[in-house]
Amino acid sequence: MKRNTILTIIALAIFAAAILLADSTLGRFTVRILNLSGIYIILALSLNLLNGFTGLFSLGHAGFMAVGAYVSALLTMSPAQKEMNFFLAPIVTVLRDVQLPFPLALIAAGAVAGLVAVIIGVPALRLRDDYLAIATLGFAEIIRVLITNAQTLTNGAQGLKGITKYSTTTVVWICAILAVIFMLALVRSSYGRTMKAVRDDEIAAEAMGVNVFKVKSTSFFISSFMAGIGGALLGHLITTIDPKMFTLMLTFNILLIVVLGGNGSITGSVLGALIVTILMEALRFLDMPMNILFIKTEGLPGLRMVIFSILLMAVVLYRQRGLMGNKEFSWDGFFGLFSRKDKAAKGGRA
Amino acid sequence: MDIATFFQQLTNALSLGSLYALIAIGYTMVYGILRLINFAHGDVFMLGAYFAFYAITAFAMPWGVAFIVAIGLTGVFGMGLERLAYRPLRDSPKISVMISAIGASFLIENVGIVLFGGRPKSFPSIALFDTVVRFGSISMLSVSLFIPVITVVILGILLWIVNKTKTGLAMRAVSTDLDAARLMAIDVNRTISLTFGIGSILAGIGGIMWTMKYPQLNPLMGIMPGLKCFIAAVIGGIGNIQGAVLGGFLLGFIEIMIVAFLPELTGYRDAFAFVLLIVVLLAKPDGLLGKNQTVKV
Amino acid sequence: MIRTESVYMRFGGLTAVADLNIDIRKNEIVGLIGPNGAGKTTAFNAITGVYKPTEGRILFKGTDVTGAKPHKITDLGIARTFQNIRLWKDMNVLENVLVACHLRMNVGVIASTLHTPKYLAKEKHARELAMELLDSVGLADQAGEAATSLPYGKQRRLEIVRALATEPSLLLLDEPAAGMNPQESLELMEFISSIRDRYDLTILLIEHHMQVVMGVCSRMYVLDYGVTIAHGTPDEIRNDPKVIEAYLGVD
Ligand SMILES: Nc1ncnc2c1ncn2[C@@H]1O[C@H](COP(=O)(O)OP(=O)(O)OP(=O)(O)O)[C@@H](O)[C@H]1O
Ligand SMILES: [Mg+2]
Repeated sequence: MKRNTILTIIALAIFAAAILLADSTLGRFTVRILNLSGIYIILALSLNLLNGFTGLFSLGHAGFMAVGAYVSALLTMSPAQKEMNFFLAPIVTVLRDVQLPFPLALIAAGAVAGLVAVIIGVPALRLRDDYLAIATLGFAEIIRVLITNAQTLTNGAQGLKGITKYSTTTVVWICAILAVIFMLALVRSSYGRTMKAVRDDEIAAEAMGVNVFKVKSTSFFISSFMAGIGGALLGHLITTIDPKMFTLMLTFNILLIVVLGGNGSITGSVLGALIVTILMEALRFLDMPMNILFIKTEGLPGLRMVIFSILLMAVVLYRQRGLMGNKEFSWDGFFGLFSRKDKAAKGGRA
Repeated sequence: MDIATFFQQLTNALSLGSLYALIAIGYTMVYGILRLINFAHGDVFMLGAYFAFYAITAFAMPWGVAFIVAIGLTGVFGMGLERLAYRPLRDSPKISVMISAIGASFLIENVGIVLFGGRPKSFPSIALFDTVVRFGSISMLSVSLFIPVITVVILGILLWIVNKTKTGLAMRAVSTDLDAARLMAIDVNRTISLTFGIGSILAGIGGIMWTMKYPQLNPLMGIMPGLKCFIAAVIGGIGNIQGAVLGGFLLGFIEIMIVAFLPELTGYRDAFAFVLLIVVLLAKPDGLLGKNQTVKV
Repeated sequence: MIRTESVYMRFGGLTAVADLNIDIRKNEIVGLIGPNGAGKTTAFNAITGVYKPTEGRILFKGTDVTGAKPHKITDLGIARTFQNIRLWKDMNVLENVLVACHLRMNVGVIASTLHTPKYLAKEKHARELAMELLDSVGLADQAGEAATSLPYGKQRRLEIVRALATEPSLLLLDEPAAGMNPQESLELMEFISSIRDRYDLTILLIEHHMQVVMGVCSRMYVLDYGVTIAHGTPDEIRNDPKVIEAYLGVD
């Protein structure tokens, strides 16, 4: 027990130091990957809460991210910046003059996304499992259409440019770590158990006094709140947003992370987020023109996504449990991994 | 709006509704038999259009032959898809199968981008479909008249297959109870494969007719029609062929008519289907023609 | 305690339960018997809110609960087990019971997640209660095992424990002895009357083998094709010609 606590503290300390030093020591490309991974951890956890822990298959994540990204961007921009962005039609007056500090805007982003989720959830969560997938996808699409058309509120298809870059490594990773801690605390609590009960057998859960609709709504709210925060952080990382960013493709990436890491595993989502983000950036060259020795390739846009689609299908077809199954990391499990290998190396005497 | 424009819009709605209906049938058949949303169905529709395009432009086939080849290829492709992406997961949790379907859909789209290029292509003009037909003050492309007629003919053939042939009987048996069908010595795999084949053929025909009417091809062209047609199938009562047709026409009419009567809503056009879906499901959870089903406990 | 007034349950053309009128007083153990497909489980489903009765009223402790949501009904004090065992398969034995304890813990998502002292105290209490209940059926040693890895008989007992954890006043048991040998069934029936006394319960028990329940039930209702063909004491039922006819070829 004691050993594990010490190990955890050491690991966290090293990690904290690395995060604090990252911005000043690492190259821009590496920092970007690091930050994207942090954001994807939040997003993957939020989808995993629905998909892996509550058994709700939702495809609407991009929509909630969009809500969060727009809310936070609009709330942090100065009136002057807004004026520059909204050159086709002026922004509505209520929004023109508000400017909030970033932490408040971030919370507002989560809250509005959560609120939208509750409104959507009332009808959608009554639907049968696979209808829910289509309905949430539909709602995400409706959100996108609304954003594209609400010129005076969102600047429509032009999107927003010049969003302040608040998503530093420290900010992103503090949020990511809070998200991990929050998820661990939630899924290990009594309430978290009722979520798993809903996932495993809804009828039995309801019969044992679990208010299934309420549990689903709560899970949907929390998940969307986190998605809103993730979306806001993403906006403040890449500093431009537009409705085209938030398509099913984005939801697909997050789904890939969750499935790869293991549906119902927090550790899995963290690992999955790291792996997918790194691969995603590392394979970016595939889409671009390049010179390999004397051979010039045009670059094949789409090839990167081909690889990710194949990866997703390979996981569902050949390793449905993903990397972690629904297990979590523990030091004992970690050392067990080595000692088992030791035993194997000694010719299986044990 | 004068009466001529109204009729103009009506024919538009009729042809769009027919196309939706054709694609919706594929969803409904597959869902009926496997309880699976074949997310890749819209992409099969896209492939149908591209197959025809390449058959004409690259292989210089006359359009009639090209269409038949393309439709055949789409059918084979659909069967292959089932074999590779769905059959191995037949006993897996629903979520896994759905994820596989989404993966397949993205795979086809992105392979499409790699192979066909991301830039839109224009379908060569075919005189028979591109003629302008006039009735008094109404004018339209001949293809808008062909589409509903072809749809009705295909629907007739399909209903005959499902209701009158042995294969159709097997399909109905599998969709009622897969395990019982197996016990009755029905070749379940073959039946499912055929269902995918037929559904994909319909998607292929839909894809080709779609490009006759809207002659722009791009690898992502199947996403929106795909989603909408699934919705049409759900609205009509999934698993029910007549329901899919009803849902398809309903959706086609609503889209065209709302835009015609309330042009300020044009930008929201792609959202109508989803709004309609939610309204219908709340009022009738099993769709307009669906049977009410309670889960046995 | 519980009374149904002319409850009908129809599925399409099929009337699974017709004109059901049962009336059970506090602390009784009553049997609901009948051949396969008689409508016994359907009656349970109507009482527990899984299905909304097509017609009729259900009164629990004098209040009308017809068509209420199942979790509401459990909250009011009716708990049940399932004929085709429905344990949560990805949870261990203890967790299965703890989920059922949640109802009476009265903690929301926020207190749960923050692990407030109040929550921790309730969680501790719930664990004690769960272990005590598991101990009473001899499952305490297997608390950490996957629920579905237990042998069949133990899974049935776990279902009963899980229902008890919701602290009900009326317990509905759907074929709790299914798949058990005569010796085990006998023990189970003793266990059932012992929990009635210990937890001050009223029990309605489904069984399709009459002999099993004769010993524990003070009264029984017999269903056949949805219709209540007889009710009375075990002795009255045993000699009822209609019952004998319905069971001919079954038992
Ligand atoms: N959800 C449903 N939809 C349609 N029919 C149903 C449904 N639930 C039950 N039935 C039908 O109602 C009838 C009664 O079934 P029920 O399960 O209540 O019988 P039972 O008395 O519990 O039988 P057993 O001893 O086999 O458990 C059966 O014919 C069954 O098929
Ligand atoms: Mg039964």
